[in-house]
Amino acid sequence: MSSSRRREAAALVIPSLLPILVLSVAPLAVGVSLAFTDARLVRAPDFEPVGLDNFVRLLDNALFWGSFRIGLVWAVSVTVLQLAAAMGLALLLDSGLRFQGLTRVLALVPWAMPPVVVAIMWQMIYSPNAGPLNAALGALGLPDDTNWLGDFSTALPAVIAVGVWVGMPHTTVTLLAGLQQIPGELHEAASMDGAGAWRRFTGVTLPGLRPIITSITSLNFIWNFNSFSLVYVLTEGGPGGRTMLPMLFTYLEAFNNRNVGHAAAMGVVLVVVVVLLLTVYLWSQLRDDGERVG
Amino acid sequence: MRHLVRPAQYAALACYIVFLGFPLLWLLSASVKSSVELNSLTVSLLPSEWSWDNYTRALARQGLLRSMWNSAVVALSTTALVILTALPASYVLARIKGAVRVAGVGWILISQVFPVILVILPLFLVLRTLGLTDSLLGLVLVHTTYTLPFALWMLQGYVSAVPVALEEAAEVDGAGRPAVLRLIVLPLLAPGVAATAMFAFVSSWNEFFFALVLLQSPENYTLPITLKMFIGGEGKVALGPLAAGSVLAAIPSIVFFSLMQRKLASGLMAGAVKG
Repeated sequence: MSSSRRREAAALVIPSLLPILVLSVAPLAVGVSLAFTDARLVRAPDFEPVGLDNFVRLLDNALFWGSFRIGLVWAVSVTVLQLAAAMGLALLLDSGLRFQGLTRVLALVPWAMPPVVVAIMWQMIYSPNAGPLNAALGALGLPDDTNWLGDFSTALPAVIAVGVWVGMPHTTVTLLAGLQQIPGELHEAASMDGAGAWRRFTGVTLPGLRPIITSITSLNFIWNFNSFSLVYVLTEGGPGGRTMLPMLFTYLEAFNNRNVGHAAAMGVVLVVVVVLLLTVYLWSQLRDDGERVG
Repeated sequence: MRHLVRPAQYAALACYIVFLGFPLLWLLSASVKSSVELNSLTVSLLPSEWSWDNYTRALARQGLLRSMWNSAVVALSTTALVILTALPASYVLARIKGAVRVAGVGWILISQVFPVILVILPLFLVLRTLGLTDSLLGLVLVHTTYTLPFALWMLQGYVSAVPVALEEAAEVDGAGRPAVLRLIVLPLLAPGVAATAMFAFVSSWNEFFFALVLLQSPENYTLPITLKMFIGGEGKVALGPLAAGSVLAAIPSIVFFSLMQRKLASGLMAGAVKG
């Protein structure tokens, strides 16, 4: 590359590199290092390095690990249900039914809604007295007085259902794009060999979608584990902490209890665990692929 | 057995349509119901009589109009800044192979894994030092930074589609570099710029977390924050205006997604947009 071209490239990149470095890369680095200090959210911040103290204290913080467990239940259930529901819808959209246009638009709308609006909408659906869900259950002769978001046993499943609703469109669209790349001849060949619908699904469709399923479940898992706004507005972590996702817990530790250092340590632990889980998942997927080929 | 497959498929499709569409219909219906009907215990999807009362009541609230204005200012400024900074950089990202590209793509991926909570703590301290917390300017800067990686990703895809040969031909004809970029490349990027601008606008308009942490005084609230405060406060009794405000807040994003429907469905942007 000529030096004038190089200067041109630098001049073109700097305007977007600068804000990313100053407001994204640097804060991230500082954020990680705050985990090793006793920083507090006060007017005149004055903090000392405390080594691994924050992490040691985290070890016997039962509330944090409780929230961590809720976060795993939430992220795994939402990711798995999203995949299952989206797979069903993508297969239907790929099988030449009518109402494709309507379903496609509907399948995309949840994607576009502001999280706050989604939360308000579902609060109305789940409303114990005037909500359509309880009304429908009552009409079927089932118990119609469940306080979905307020009851200890139903709050987390109710929130998970909303998570599936929000994330389904994106997963459906991705899977549909993948389905349309599988050559039709493969299905025809399998039919000729006498394979039924289920055999064709497990023998042709699933292997063809495998790379897409791996990448979309990994991304969904990260996004779900890191999600904040939806559940914050829906329940604020209640009732009694039953929907206290780790990001909510960390947020409250930083901005209500003002323990910035401690909150940063929680953030670091969450990242490390997510990366570890993903590594194990991706490694097992790759190993399976290797076995198939070999 | 075989003749049962189609009906079963339609039944399944109907379930999906109800699951995906019903909450939206319910919100729309609540926004045009009278407060008497909303507070009664009869539950019905169709309002007994249509009334636009909730919309006038929602818009009459000082806070709502003001925060709608704030949201529009923040989203438009973010969009302008994102396009101005991402357009030149995306050109480089698409045209230059090697380390720059790897670093750029790498950062886009890393920014997906890290929870915003780790970034917001130091970011909050930095912005407070600069006097930019509780300020719309500070929010615009943050929104711009966090929309940039994906905007770069989208735009560089469009740049890659412009043949390098076209630029070389223009240079052979004697056009200087600035002229090539402005007269040849830029016009071809117009659809990509439009799509990216809409994406940036909607991301900023919908954004909740940074606004929640950074904005403190009600006159600076953006629409999502005002709606959130409204739920906790009088929203419990004023369900209708809350629904009307929510419908208004959802309009820009729904317009965007109906315009982008085909592109999204073709999987062009699949794998990266997350609301």
